[in-house]
Amino acid sequence: MIKDLLVILIASSLVNNVVLSQFLGLCPFLGVSKKTNTATGMGVAVIFVITLASAVAGAIYQFILVPFDITYLQTIVFILVIAALVQFVEMFLKKFIPSLYQSLGVYLPLITTNCAVLGVALTNVQKNYGILTGVVNGFATAVGFTISIVILAGIREKMAHNDIPESFRGMPIVLVTAGLMAIAFCGFSGLL
Amino acid sequence: MNSVKERLVNGIVKENPTFVLMLGMCPTLAVTTSAINGLGMGLTTMVVLALSNVFISMLRHIIPDKVRIPAFIVIIASFVTMVQLLLQGFIPFLYDALGIYIPLIVVNCIILGRAEAYAYKSPVIPSLFDGIGMGLGFSVALTCIGAVRELLGAGTLFNISVMPESFVPVSIFIMAPGAFFVLAVLTAIQNKVKIIGERKGKDMSKIQSGCGNDCLNCSDTGCAKRLIDEKPSKVRKEIEIEEIVDEEAGEEDTKND
Repeated sequence: MIKDLLVILIASSLVNNVVLSQFLGLCPFLGVSKKTNTATGMGVAVIFVITLASAVAGAIYQFILVPFDITYLQTIVFILVIAALVQFVEMFLKKFIPSLYQSLGVYLPLITTNCAVLGVALTNVQKNYGILTGVVNGFATAVGFTISIVILAGIREKMAHNDIPESFRGMPIVLVTAGLMAIAFCGFSGLL
Repeated sequence: MNSVKERLVNGIVKENPTFVLMLGMCPTLAVTTSAINGLGMGLTTMVVLALSNVFISMLRHIIPDKVRIPAFIVIIASFVTMVQLLLQGFIPFLYDALGIYIPLIVVNCIILGRAEAYAYKSPVIPSLFDGIGMGLGFSVALTCIGAVRELLGAGTLFNISVMPESFVPVSIFIMAPGAFFVLAVLTAIQNKVKIIGERKGKDMSKIQSGCGNDCLNCSDTGCAKRLIDEKPSKVRKEIEIEEIVDEEAGEEDTKND
């Protein structure tokens, strides 16, 4: 059991990295990676939301959709649950843990439309993961996202002082960097 | 009839969602491993976009302003589910190839962006053709990117071998890194066009690098919002210019008198 979870942990965070090999959550990956500290903030917020969302989505799937035989509604249900959940987390943090809200609050609304959250919920269903396995998978995926966004932010900070050809400034050079990172992450495929 | 043609041209050329607006990048990168997959994804998105545009446009007087985003999402998600079931039943090979990216059409910002920017405030017929135009633009872009990646990465085009036998496929182009490189070159070309255009003094503000450019301000200046705000201000500007021209013409008339 624990071995299975460990395999999922490594597979989802490194081997099938959510951004670099599945292209989910690309918008925040490219958009919030200018500085390492904002990237870390985004990463932590994503870990928080995805872990919570995969638990809630998994529970709803197991206890509501499957018994009533309405699994074909999964896309609609998941997207609404995620949107509501993010709103709820935002209100909860604002009211009860203001210090955490101050550091994560900016990132929370961004995550609603982050396709990685919905992607994880759907993958969990597709691969027939139970609730616990699903939560581990969600957590690992989010950790993979955090790893890659922080690395990219570090590279971009260094790159800010480099002389880059005019038409490659901005997005193009970031995409080239992401491509090189993706090659590096291909190396992990030998791990499992 | 005129507006129909205008909407189609607008979607395919002027505001091409991929090449000009740079929206919906996740599916663009993920499914373009071959031209046929790109085309399939593009057409699937087009069907959803056209249907959701029509539906939202029909309901535009009924949906309250405050809950419009959740309402849009429910409408879009319903159509995505229908299309997904249809694909599963009738085109299973495409369903297997696209996999999880079919349900993820729900979060494709092109669809929500068009609903916000166009369908919510326009009549049904133009909304339908706006959806078809944007969808065709997306399909063309995905097919092109898919064709380039397939040609370089496997030496084939629509599964037909086209390269000479001595060609060694650069298989990295059909793997994940290739997608980033192709998109990097694409955005570099876009930048170049923008720079040249700005030197000539043309208005290039429409060309943008999507929400990817600055995600933190996405809700203020991002995809959907920018599209909404841009329209009225642009229309306003045009009206102002027309007025100025009219005034000048009028002044000239009086001078001539």
